[in-house]
Amino acid sequence: MAKGEIKLMVNGKRLDGRLPEQLRDIEMKLGVVSRADGSAMVRFGNTIAVAAVYGPRELYPRYLQESRGGILRVRYNMAPFSVTDRKSPGPDRRSVEISKVIRLALEPVIFLGEFPKATIDVFVEILQADGSTRVTGINAASLALASAGIPMKDMVTACSVGKIGDTLILDLNGIEDNNSEADISFAFMPSKEKVTLFQMDGNLITEEIKRLLEVAKDACKKIYEMQKGVIREKYR
Amino acid sequence: MSEEYAIDLIETWRKLDGRKLDEFRKIEIEPNIIKNAEGSAHVKLGGTEVIAGVKLVLGEPFADTPNEGVLIVNAEFTPLASPDFESGPPGENAVELARIVDRGIRESKCIKLEELCIEPEKKVWCVFIDIHIINHQGNLIDAAALASVVALMNAKIPKLDGEKIIREEFERQLPVQYKPVTVTVCKVKDKFLIDPTLEDESVIQAKLSVAVRDDGKVCAMQKQGKEELNVEDLEKMIDIAIEKSEEIRKLIR
Amino acid sequence: MNEKREIVLPGELIGEKLGRKVGFGAYFEGERVFAKVLGIPRVEENEISVIPFAGVYIPRIGDKIIGIISSVEVSGWMVDINSPYAAFLPLSEGVREFVDTSRTDISGFFDAGDVIFCTVSKVTKNKTIQVSMRDIGNKKLYGGVIVKVSPNKIPRIIGRAGSMISIIKERTKCEVYTGRNGVVWLKGENKAKAIAAILTVEKESHTVGLTEKIEKLLSE
Repeated sequence: MAKGEIKLMVNGKRLDGRLPEQLRDIEMKLGVVSRADGSAMVRFGNTIAVAAVYGPRELYPRYLQESRGGILRVRYNMAPFSVTDRKSPGPDRRSVEISKVIRLALEPVIFLGEFPKATIDVFVEILQADGSTRVTGINAASLALASAGIPMKDMVTACSVGKIGDTLILDLNGIEDNNSEADISFAFMPSKEKVTLFQMDGNLITEEIKRLLEVAKDACKKIYEMQKGVIREKYR
Repeated sequence: MSEEYAIDLIETWRKLDGRKLDEFRKIEIEPNIIKNAEGSAHVKLGGTEVIAGVKLVLGEPFADTPNEGVLIVNAEFTPLASPDFESGPPGENAVELARIVDRGIRESKCIKLEELCIEPEKKVWCVFIDIHIINHQGNLIDAAALASVVALMNAKIPKLDGEKIIREEFERQLPVQYKPVTVTVCKVKDKFLIDPTLEDESVIQAKLSVAVRDDGKVCAMQKQGKEELNVEDLEKMIDIAIEKSEEIRKLIR
Repeated sequence: MNEKREIVLPGELIGEKLGRKVGFGAYFEGERVFAKVLGIPRVEENEISVIPFAGVYIPRIGDKIIGIISSVEVSGWMVDINSPYAAFLPLSEGVREFVDTSRTDISGFFDAGDVIFCTVSKVTKNKTIQVSMRDIGNKKLYGGVIVKVSPNKIPRIIGRAGSMISIIKERTKCEVYTGRNGVVWLKGENKAKAIAAILTVEKESHTVGLTEKIEKLLSE
């Protein structure tokens, strides 16, 4: 089905019943991978991401070691059964790029200088994909890093915004992702109010971009409050 | 590492758990956990967690079985699940696990593959079972085999409209006739135990995985570990596996 | 310990610097001090810091730790100290007498797999670690089992002036050594009970009435 053939908005509501600037149902759980130093599961509607952090730990092979500070490695992967048409296991080009993008979204907050020669490994597995997987993964990774005791300047929260038809929307699901006029992935340091990830494709004018950035920032603050809530609940 | 030390270690951890050598840890099974899969299951065996997803894809049959559907089992030891798992293509343990689970399902004739033929010699349903390890706390094989069978039991065949698969609608259940259960039995010194934890596995040198069908028939077996086993040991371990498989089968009836 | 614990996430503001030392788990920008790690903020007269809930062991000089010899080298041994950083035990710090390495196989002193109770003697800026066996109390630990806990919980497991670990040792009649690096070594008939007690302290370190709970567990 070509883009634009599906009606994504009916009577001011999106296909899943949401208002344009409404987040999906969100669930967050800590400690889902007991072997890891820190882990979390985050669900945005039908998108489920699990993140696990190992580290800091010794980095092999030795030639990768940096004496001035540690490194951050991120691996984003989608389970073969996570998508409608089975995805062959293993990294594809999209996963490689997203791994890098997630790493750059998290790196600015981590005090890597405290861990020379070591690595902090973040693994993000998408168990079910229904749009906005990378930002869901970042929210999970952020929780996993904090619960692993990794020293950070701030948490990192993320969300997606975009445009379907003429309407600006928040938190794109799968069908919206595939049929939008534009979509933006956005990651944000909530306390310091700094942007660490910003990816966009589509067609937008500056006013729309400004508006979407406002919407994204507000949503990230809401997501941050949820992260705080789930952490305080667990460590009470 | 002496055998006495190994037994001491294993019995210490079992005492902590309140578990005897022939007892399973707590088993939790959740079917249909992944919406995008045609069938799926989340299994927790103690701390070990595995998700199995079943996806149905159209394909060509194998030349020697032109009227049968195709079964492919794949396992990912995701680096998320253990500090010892590395990124990259499946290593020998992941490949071995996938093949053990495959043989248990295939040899037991779990799936009626002949009912998955759409056009003889040309078009059949290919059943992909993808095993995703989420947390490794020992005994991955038993957990993976269980998750796979439960996923198959709940799998539905999507509607076919000519060449097109309409995944939102379903035609029928995947035809499953037998439910093989795999039990791995371990031997340390002169003692036998089941459901090894991670700590157990670090000291156990001889294991036998046995896939048992509903009617008590043994369909597949695999010895693992560096140590040798006597024939009497093998027989005893097979008996234990058959006996214990019933406990698991009760959970998936 | 206050009943309602304040928990801070990295990035949250915990106080003004006001000339105080910014300790573990905190960082400052100008006069404002923020949390660096997830944990409980500690704002005192002289120092602002955060007590972390989690984190790997980063060695500090003077720490008494439990290590496992990982390999025998020419003039010493590599030691696994449950840290992102491996440690080196030089021959001179491991053995008092003079050893002629061309004649003696030093694996006779320490071999791969041996468990040692040692002291961290050197930590360089880029985290090259050295340990020593020459401090009082350092020794090889024979037999027994090893349990790893979160290094942050070791102080609680030891207890005030060793009170908690003493109860555990007395009631179970086990030999127990705790390493600041989160490694605990136990030996004795009742070690399962001792391990259960230690793991409970680790899990419930912040709850009120923990001592009573442990005493109850040990008397069963």
